[in-house]
Amino acid sequence: MNTTVARLTARGLFGRRRVLILLAVPVLLLVVSVLARSSGLDELDLAHRVLGTLALGTLVPITGLIVGTGVIATEIEDGSIVYLLAKPLPRWKIVTTKLVVAVGSTWLLSAVPLYVAGLLLYGTGDRVVLGYTVGALASGAAYSALFLLLGVLTRHAVIAGLAYALIWESLIGSYVEGAQTLSVQQWGLSLAEAIAADGTVIAPVGLGTALWLLVIVGVGATAYASVKLSGLTLSGEE
Amino acid sequence: MTTRSDAHGGVIHDIGYRPYTGPRLGRRYATRSLYVQSLRAAFGLGRSGRSKVLPFLLLGGMAAPALVMLAIALFAHLDRMPKDYVDYLASFSVLPQIFLAAQAPVLMSRDLRHHVVPLYFSRPATRGDYVAAKFAAMFSALMIVLALPLLLLFTGAMLAKFPVGDNLLHLLYGLVAAVLYALVYTALGLLIAAATPRRGFGVAAIMGVLMISFALANLTYALNGGFNPARTSSSWAFLISPSASVEALVNRLFDLSTDDFSALHAPTGAGAAVFLAVLLALTAGGYALTLRRYRNV
Repeated sequence: MNTTVARLTARGLFGRRRVLILLAVPVLLLVVSVLARSSGLDELDLAHRVLGTLALGTLVPITGLIVGTGVIATEIEDGSIVYLLAKPLPRWKIVTTKLVVAVGSTWLLSAVPLYVAGLLLYGTGDRVVLGYTVGALASGAAYSALFLLLGVLTRHAVIAGLAYALIWESLIGSYVEGAQTLSVQQWGLSLAEAIAADGTVIAPVGLGTALWLLVIVGVGATAYASVKLSGLTLSGEE
Repeated sequence: MTTRSDAHGGVIHDIGYRPYTGPRLGRRYATRSLYVQSLRAAFGLGRSGRSKVLPFLLLGGMAAPALVMLAIALFAHLDRMPKDYVDYLASFSVLPQIFLAAQAPVLMSRDLRHHVVPLYFSRPATRGDYVAAKFAAMFSALMIVLALPLLLLFTGAMLAKFPVGDNLLHLLYGLVAAVLYALVYTALGLLIAAATPRRGFGVAAIMGVLMISFALANLTYALNGGFNPARTSSSWAFLISPSASVEALVNRLFDLSTDDFSALHAPTGAGAAVFLAVLLALTAGGYALTLRRYRNV
């Protein structure tokens, strides 16, 4: 953890008007939940739709993708990463610092608004909202680590991340049961199931599997990203 | 030959330089070249192997399920395709969306980032021609991605000896849907891609707009009692999302999948006209704003 790198990364992420675009996501979630409050639907069903499908299923991956790739892939793309790599800092320290910024931003932009939206919609009953929030925290961190790794590995990090989130998790996950075991979203949902009262949240993946996979993906992606960053070759524009 | 006195006098000699007097191919040729080059660039043709991987992977991903269905229909002796043409496009709509998100910045952002747009405008092609050529190229590229699986399905239907007239009609419905998808996607994608010189950011922004609007449309639909068949007014919610409104409009226009509960349908009568008007306005508006973007570069 290096405060200067963290400060510069955060500035690159939120600087200029980019913060306004990033803020659109939490604002949208809050607006939807305020509107949904008055719809008169079953509250638990509503919470599943807004917190589960919209927030955990769409907004957390999108935020994780933009932030996770934004902390490193943009720097690699415009070549300014060399100035950072030339400093006498261990590469793993650069990766962990950027990961901390990414995870913090993802939590701030998706998990915190999710909690507030949940309180608006459902209150604190049955620990449903708490469960979804913990799920969003865990999956947000895993997404950040995963997409940061993608940013180091490939120039098409955003596309690769989208392909994973949309094609693997949503499209294939909805047809093939087994694909859900390897889906960050489902691991988060499994944490939500464990915390919420019995029978309120249903997840297809067991808690033990989910926890282990979350830890393996988080730590593994970070370690691999450090290794890859140590031997990074900058390629020109294709 | 020059003499000493001539040299001092500063004479200019005609050493045979001649201006170009051949045919000038002009503005239309330049626009057409830009179109062809952009269309090739959308599939990574004429570029490095690495930039071909992604567009062809998406094209293949879009066509592969059609091939599988073709094989199933042939060998299992079905009496119709597992998915209808329009339904096919709706089910796999995420692939053309990713194609758009990946390739629209390739067409637009790169020129902006390397500051070559003024070079284009110093040639006979005008700003309008530039935008028109890029729009046409992206539209054609998307049409290839959308129409290829439909044609494969049709070929399969012919091989399996399904009724020709019925299939031809439904193929036409599918192609109408493809044109609408391609128009709206192109207008939105190019507008967003032209706004940013950063490729990664453009990709995320295009996909974010399409995905979040779709999630929002579905949520609004559900919140307003969409799954209650008595309340048809809730289908107005599909207007929020470009892809959902195309699907809903086409399903309503051609009375498709009326018995399917999960298929989207636009409101009847005047509602369908409004959907069409909104889609056309989106396309025209996106195009006009892109033109405006290039008024001063």
